[in-house]
Amino acid sequence: MISRPLRRVVLLWSLAAVARGAEPAIDFGRDIQPILAQRCYDCHGLESPRAGLHLTSRRQALAGGRSGLPALVPGSAEQSELYQRIRSPHADEAMPPKGDRVPAAEIALLRRWIDAGAEWPEGLRHWAYVAPVRPAVPSETRPGSGHVNPIDAFVSARRAAAGLPPAPDAGRAAWLRRVSFDLIGLPPTLPELDAFLADRAPDAYERVVDRLLASPHYGERWARPWLDLARYADSHGFQRDDLRESWPFRDWVVRAMNADLPFDQFTIQQVAGDLLPGADPQVNPDPFIATGFHRAAPTNVEAGTDQEEGRINQVFDRVNTTGTVWLGSTLECAQCHDHKYDPFTQRDYYRFFAFFNQTEQETAFATAKATANLAFTGPFLPLPDAATEARRAAGEGRLRQLDAEIAALAAPGRAEGPRSPETAPAAPDSRLAALRKARLKASQELARIEGPRTLVMREVAEPRMTSVLKRGSFLDPGERVEPGTPEVLPALAPATGRPNRLDLARWLVARDNPLVARVTVNRWWQEFFGTGLVRTPEDFGIKGEPPTHPELLDWLAVEFMEGGWSMKRIHRLIALSATYRQSSRVTPELLARDAENRLLARGPRFRLEAEAIRDQALAVAGLLSPKLGGPPVRPYQPPGLWEAKVGGDRVTYEVSVGEDAHRRGLYTVWKRASPYPSFLNFDAATRAACTVRRSRSNTPLQALTLLNDPVYVEAAAALAARLVREPPAADVAARVRHGFRLCVSREPSPAEAAVLAALHARQLAAHGDEQVAWQAVASALLNLDETITKN
Amino acid sequence: MHPAEAHLHATTRRTFLGQTGLGFGALALSQLLARAAPGVAGGLATHHAPRAKRVIYLHMVGAPSQLDLFDPKPALAPLDGQPCPDSFIRGKRFAFLRGHPTIAASRYAFSRHGRSGAEISELLPHLAGVADEIAIVRSLHTDEFNHAPAQLMLHTGFGRPGRPGAGSWITYGLGSENADLPAYVVLQSGPLAGAGTQLWSSGFLPSVHQGVQFRTSGEPVLFLENPRHVRREDRRQVLDAIGALNQAHLADVGDPEIATRIAQYELAFRMQTAVPELMDLSRESPATLELYGAEPGRASFANNCLLARRLVERGVRLVQLYDADWDHHNNLATRLPAKCRDVDRGMAALIRDLRQRGLLDDTLVIWGGEFGRTPMAQTDTGAGVATKPGRDHHKEAFTMWLAGGGVKPGLSYGLTDELGYGIARDPVHIHDLNATLLHLLGLDHERLTFRYQGRDYRLTDVHGHVVRGLLA
Repeated sequence: MISRPLRRVVLLWSLAAVARGAEPAIDFGRDIQPILAQRCYDCHGLESPRAGLHLTSRRQALAGGRSGLPALVPGSAEQSELYQRIRSPHADEAMPPKGDRVPAAEIALLRRWIDAGAEWPEGLRHWAYVAPVRPAVPSETRPGSGHVNPIDAFVSARRAAAGLPPAPDAGRAAWLRRVSFDLIGLPPTLPELDAFLADRAPDAYERVVDRLLASPHYGERWARPWLDLARYADSHGFQRDDLRESWPFRDWVVRAMNADLPFDQFTIQQVAGDLLPGADPQVNPDPFIATGFHRAAPTNVEAGTDQEEGRINQVFDRVNTTGTVWLGSTLECAQCHDHKYDPFTQRDYYRFFAFFNQTEQETAFATAKATANLAFTGPFLPLPDAATEARRAAGEGRLRQLDAEIAALAAPGRAEGPRSPETAPAAPDSRLAALRKARLKASQELARIEGPRTLVMREVAEPRMTSVLKRGSFLDPGERVEPGTPEVLPALAPATGRPNRLDLARWLVARDNPLVARVTVNRWWQEFFGTGLVRTPEDFGIKGEPPTHPELLDWLAVEFMEGGWSMKRIHRLIALSATYRQSSRVTPELLARDAENRLLARGPRFRLEAEAIRDQALAVAGLLSPKLGGPPVRPYQPPGLWEAKVGGDRVTYEVSVGEDAHRRGLYTVWKRASPYPSFLNFDAATRAACTVRRSRSNTPLQALTLLNDPVYVEAAAALAARLVREPPAADVAARVRHGFRLCVSREPSPAEAAVLAALHARQLAAHGDEQVAWQAVASALLNLDETITKN
Repeated sequence: MHPAEAHLHATTRRTFLGQTGLGFGALALSQLLARAAPGVAGGLATHHAPRAKRVIYLHMVGAPSQLDLFDPKPALAPLDGQPCPDSFIRGKRFAFLRGHPTIAASRYAFSRHGRSGAEISELLPHLAGVADEIAIVRSLHTDEFNHAPAQLMLHTGFGRPGRPGAGSWITYGLGSENADLPAYVVLQSGPLAGAGTQLWSSGFLPSVHQGVQFRTSGEPVLFLENPRHVRREDRRQVLDAIGALNQAHLADVGDPEIATRIAQYELAFRMQTAVPELMDLSRESPATLELYGAEPGRASFANNCLLARRLVERGVRLVQLYDADWDHHNNLATRLPAKCRDVDRGMAALIRDLRQRGLLDDTLVIWGGEFGRTPMAQTDTGAGVATKPGRDHHKEAFTMWLAGGGVKPGLSYGLTDELGYGIARDPVHIHDLNATLLHLLGLDHERLTFRYQGRDYRLTDVHGHVVRGLLA
């Protein structure tokens, strides 16, 4: 199963070679090392390799293993044991001994490489650990190729090499719907569609992209994948899955993205905003709120939990998530032992761990006597909030008023000075007693007023020592280590003192970090095109898949860094490229040739994500609330789901009322042990751990959700009412057309219109009710594959 | 063949991989085809000949006391109420026990049953009647001693959330045998304590592999029922329109994913009748209802046992029953007998019924909790309040039983030490249990892998050995 991605890449290279009519020169790092890593390193890449044979350097391959036979004889594949074994038909000597055989294309590459001398550069670094330099943009290959920007030049050079023509333009309407979903996560409105179709100005596309980039919904759309990475949720996870307040972090992400906060700052604030020089939450709470990124790790407060074990597990999560999100590296593989494939040692892991090992314990025993019950203790940051301040002021005012009344009653005629109402002698007057009671109540109410707060990282005063944990067990500490970054990557900038999280954060986004920019633009590419240029966005290591367009990846990475780490700038480039504008229609021939569209000879087409499917239904129904931010909301879900589980606070799911019932999916409360069911059915991440890409399944439960989940039933009813209400010409054809354009942004064909008109007619005949008949049509529209797909 | 299916067969095999964006194996592809194309049998792609084709997993949530049910320790009796040996607590961690706890002997009588002479407590008289069908494993051990992590460990092989459970791994590996029902069904009796839906989440496997909860009250599957105003023929008309438009779009744009979607809508429609029919116990004979102690329309473990049989009968690959309230830190003397009355008859009936219908040979039944309970008494709540005694969580040794599906019947496997604290012979780690479970299904736990975030993951992580002694 490992072999598939690699095989495809190899196949693509060979396709390209055939098309050029000549075999391209073999590049060890690009062509050979990935084969060795994928096919051989499971056994021959380890510290103590099978049969004593190391295949991780030329010297070792020449020396061979315990058999004494050299694995490589430069210049002669026939005499090389490696070559003989991978093509051996005999089960007892064939390599690899288990799993898939090495495909012919790879065997051919190995043969050519060995025959040509088996060049194996000494000290070769895996491509991803070498900082990207801006490659030259391929020159125009043919006139009229429709290049809009350098992205197209790279893509078309690669595509032409494989002998594939670009797809035709998708057309304005299709592009508008595609780009609206990609930039704001919502379909275009009909006025937006009509305006764009009528706009013949040369910069019409640019103006659409700029409008979308400036929309406050841009941040909502792009926060979604980032919150998957941050494993953001509104509850602890585990048995005591109590709700917690960290939604201000979610809103911070939306704001930061809307403001196009440069990604280096975006990174620094999330990893170490609390440590920035001069940071003061009273002056500007934002960098503190941003540290909610790592507070989103699940917390185990189940009674009887070992606190230290829980804390260490959270630190593991922070290290592993940081490795995945910023470095595209599987650091977690070095938790128990040196990484088997990538150059990360276990010592590297715990030096990285030391940066995150310095924050406060987040749980405490409830009381000294209750030795088993854990409380969730924060740290929290209270946030300024006008409504809360107003409530407090009102409460204080009430107290002052009561005090005055009490003082007046308790000490009539005495004017020599104020006296505490509490210590005033008891008046026999029952009125005074009532006032005192009211005062007590008012002061208790005042004390109970709680404003919003959020979870933040806070450093301990006395640094913790960090040790390598043998086999990853916190009960088995070994060698002491100091905070540091992996040896294979550039060194940390010299710090005055012991380096801390802030030094780490700055190191991540230093210009010479070879990974961060590539990993980040690659994830964006995945959002736009469905698959990254590196198909394994979570693993840029030796066992990851090499990029299909290495130069394009590097060009984008450098452009990103040199363009001030602006996310919007890169998104604009992608959205305006001719590559992105192509039609997604596919022929059986092209499917056979490039099923996954790795050569980008057509536009992207894949199902929308869970939140976008619901947002769209609410939007076209006219129900969607545009309200931004705030505490999580609870849209309707079938009763009893939260109650089906015990442990922790008993929280009844109270359905939100008013516009909060129809907010964007981003704001739906995320309870880890009981997530919103329809999102789960559409592959939403469970938010239990960092998720780099969601799966995209296609199941009957999705059909049932879109047909019967009350939110979609409600959306269909509202859409039906809209179809009856809005079209000026109250005829069936106009209503069908209206619904079609709302849902898929295009005109129906006559045949398509006829299908829906017939459905309307049959339903009307059966029920004699226009609303019922149009609701059937609306439900059909909301269920179309095209509707729930970015086409 | 429906045109959509023909297209699906023509193209999905080649293109499915591209659509999921995941490194997906041929095994799972066969399942997709089986699920997507109605009437196509699930393509079994096992590593070796399977002994079991399906699994019924009975999870007693909270962890029952093995010392009062399956693992008699007469040596505890003379020590009852005395401080436990130092070795029990030195360097050990417990969830609630603090200080120096005392020994708690079982107050229940054990006797030998069947030809095998298996020792079973008086609390489980019905199960004792099928002693010769089950294999009792007394030497289980795990790494986690809190509920949620231990439940995750048991099902997903890892004590923290985010990984797929055995059920998802199995459907990923084997696909479905029924075109009208999900491959993996979860039933629940009582509100669960622990990791909740994370136990049947597909983790990083595609969500098609998640367990689907069938509920005994309200809609049996969320969103299964049409809205009140929609009759079945109305739904058919809407589906026909959706199908026609999807078909036209497929012809226009050529994406085989559309063919899969067309097939999934048809499956959804069939599920709308297949599931209620399945959940309707009133069609069972009075004798069968009596055997299980099931009552149509009630939510109970007994009903769920009978539903489990109906599910596997229809080819559902994996059925998990979660039964609540086995966490007896206190009042064990009243709570444990009550829970045993809840489950004893139903689970024994399940064994008998599967046997009598010829299903037991290739259906594996597993019973147990996420860990065991201590030989020491727990006499306070952990918050300093005194209670009637119970037992704390114990990860060092506990009991599960297995039946059918290639497991040696009448076997007692593994041995704990004299006081039931540790394992004296043949330890079986959770990873070993899971390796064995996959082995019985024809899957090699070292080869059933899924590449995610740069690593080839397995249910058993990097551990696990098939327990050969358990195999028939």
